[in-house]
Amino acid sequence: MKSQNIKVLSVVVALAALAIIVPNSNSFVILLTTRALALSILVMSVDVLLGYTGLPSLGQAAYLGVGAYVTAILATRYQFGLGYDFWIVALLGICFSAALAAVFGLLAIRATGVYFLMITLALGQCAWGLAYRWNSLTGGDNGINLRARPKFGIDLANEVTFFYLVFGFFAVSLLLMYTLVRSPFGRSLMGIRERELRMKILGYNTWLHKYLAFIIAGGFGGLAGVLWAHTAGIVSPENVVLTTSVDALLMAVLGGAGTLVGGVIGAMIVFGLREYLSTLVPWWQYVLGAVYVLTILYLPTGLMGIPQRIRQRRTLMGRRNEMKKIATVTS
Amino acid sequence: MTITFLRRLGPPLLGGAVALSLTPAANATEELRIGFVAPTTGIFAQVGKDMVDGFQLYLDDVNSDFGGAKVKFIVEDEQGKPDTAVTRAKKLALQDKVHLLVGGLLASSGYALAPVSTAEKTVYVVPVSAADDLTQRDLAKYPYLVRTGWSSSQPSHPFGQWACDQGYKKIAAIGADYAFGYEVIGGFQRAFEACGGQIIQKIWPPIGTKDFGPYIPTIRQDADAIFTLMVGPMSLQFPKQLAASGNKKPVLGGGTSYDEFVLPSMGDEVIGHVSALQYSAALETPKNEAFVKKYRAKFGKVPSYYSETNYTSAQMIHEVIKNNKGNFPGAEEFVKQLAALKLDTIRGPVSIDDMRNPVQNIYIKKVEKKKMFGYDKEELWNTVIKTYPNVTQFGQFNKDEFLKTPVYSRDFPPCKFCN
Repeated sequence: MKSQNIKVLSVVVALAALAIIVPNSNSFVILLTTRALALSILVMSVDVLLGYTGLPSLGQAAYLGVGAYVTAILATRYQFGLGYDFWIVALLGICFSAALAAVFGLLAIRATGVYFLMITLALGQCAWGLAYRWNSLTGGDNGINLRARPKFGIDLANEVTFFYLVFGFFAVSLLLMYTLVRSPFGRSLMGIRERELRMKILGYNTWLHKYLAFIIAGGFGGLAGVLWAHTAGIVSPENVVLTTSVDALLMAVLGGAGTLVGGVIGAMIVFGLREYLSTLVPWWQYVLGAVYVLTILYLPTGLMGIPQRIRQRRTLMGRRNEMKKIATVTS
Repeated sequence: MTITFLRRLGPPLLGGAVALSLTPAANATEELRIGFVAPTTGIFAQVGKDMVDGFQLYLDDVNSDFGGAKVKFIVEDEQGKPDTAVTRAKKLALQDKVHLLVGGLLASSGYALAPVSTAEKTVYVVPVSAADDLTQRDLAKYPYLVRTGWSSSQPSHPFGQWACDQGYKKIAAIGADYAFGYEVIGGFQRAFEACGGQIIQKIWPPIGTKDFGPYIPTIRQDADAIFTLMVGPMSLQFPKQLAASGNKKPVLGGGTSYDEFVLPSMGDEVIGHVSALQYSAALETPKNEAFVKKYRAKFGKVPSYYSETNYTSAQMIHEVIKNNKGNFPGAEEFVKQLAALKLDTIRGPVSIDDMRNPVQNIYIKKVEKKKMFGYDKEELWNTVIKTYPNVTQFGQFNKDEFLKTPVYSRDFPPCKFCN
């Protein structure tokens, strides 16, 4: 078997295990996993930009916010999205976020590197400002409470049912993004990441490629927002704030940028430490800090880089042993 | 490759196993589990500490024994973020199976926690979070909620009347730009304009403003007084800069602008400033004196209203459990009994109205530098200069008419005299 197939198989096995183990654990763990999965979609969307296109975005929370606010506003004002129309809301959340990304993209894509970071940061803060100040629509800093989760044949108020729904969305998102990054389009994104000038010379419209990637990432961010709104039951400017964007970026880096699955692992670890460990011990922040520092010092390619590091070390050791053998033979 | 991947798979599996084993076993009924949600990290950590200390002090006083029930007090950190508050409250309800949820600092946390109490059918006691609508227009949605603290505009209603009585005709308002600010200033405006006063200006600096230089010169010179509503570090910075600008006008403020949480860090420039709240550490009653001394001896500072309200909440919970001989009577019954309580507390007599908000004294307080309770140093204290007894959340207004108007916001009440 090719190594790529093994990788895919392992991911599938891991996901299946998750889907079997989690619903049988206690309801707080189910809740946390559900939220971590919703967040993972956002982190993967960051990874499409950061890991595959080389665009570090600091404004991804804006799309999460759009998706979440669209869901919350429709549900509380128009009672829309609480039955089968939930699927329309999910679609609307994706479309609105993608539309916002299309607008923001026009401004942001012209920049690269640190400048891209700064522009996306500024645009993200614009979205936050709107959420915070547009009181009549967003409820200001009090946010919006969602009364109930949708019901269509299945009742999503049940945590386990809801977990499976989010899990489904997550699995489909992972599959779609995986297909995307392995498509010719995804390959050219990686080309842009490696050397944009060369891609330009080869005749690629790099601006358009980046622009499309930006919009797609925005759409997935919106989907994460729709799910996020229903997991917490409250949407507030706190969701759109800069730290959410930074978190998403850090999670992607921690797991390993440019791997998709790495982002998921990063999200699980950070979210798990912050929400679960913190209920057990007061010094959880040190653990989180240590994880970040150790990753940056020893695993610049993230947790997903571990197997490669091990392989490198093995070949290195192997070579050393051979050298020793040769040395003993010749002496 | 497969081996490394299995290795990678190991930790999550292990995590799941650990998570399973950590699920607590169901406990006997003699234990009363109270889940307390407060920010113990982040920018509100100090306020959170005051909240926890207040509650803990009461538990220590009664040796964690509520009429035979042993109290298990579980503190969770909400970090001042509404969705963290939700997660923590869910953890307390689902995993710890608490009988009561207590806490929440900001209005947004209150709004976030209330639906959790409804969904999980768990009592939610609200000692701090003051958002008006929790016990007004939204009350019907939260059948398990009882407030033991205050609603934001409650002290503002008598305070507006008081301002009229002082002969002020025109007042300029400057307040933090968020819901709590709108409600405190809105309540003041309604009351002040009802008795013939005029709010001639409303300035909204964003929350967390560090430099009031751009705002202070815009305060209108024809105002008789200035009404301020500041929170956190803003409370310290604003009076300083106002004094530096040579202000001679009287300054009035919402309760949190001069609460004992910020007062010890303030300079002499705040002497003479007047504010209104349901508690003052300088309240000259034997109960309060004993509380202040005990609290100060233990924690090295004068108690703020955050400490008092949590101490009192613990006392009220104790009272209900005691009446049930140490048993938890069930969520609905608990709410009913707590709401029927009439208690003599540190802040004065407290009862609960039919919309589950306290009816209590509102104190008009003036900052003075003096010695109190036998402490030998001159310090700033909130001396009570007038008491409005038994104030409801609607104050001098008719409840039904009041509830027909929208909740106070940036645009309500409209600023008729601003131009």
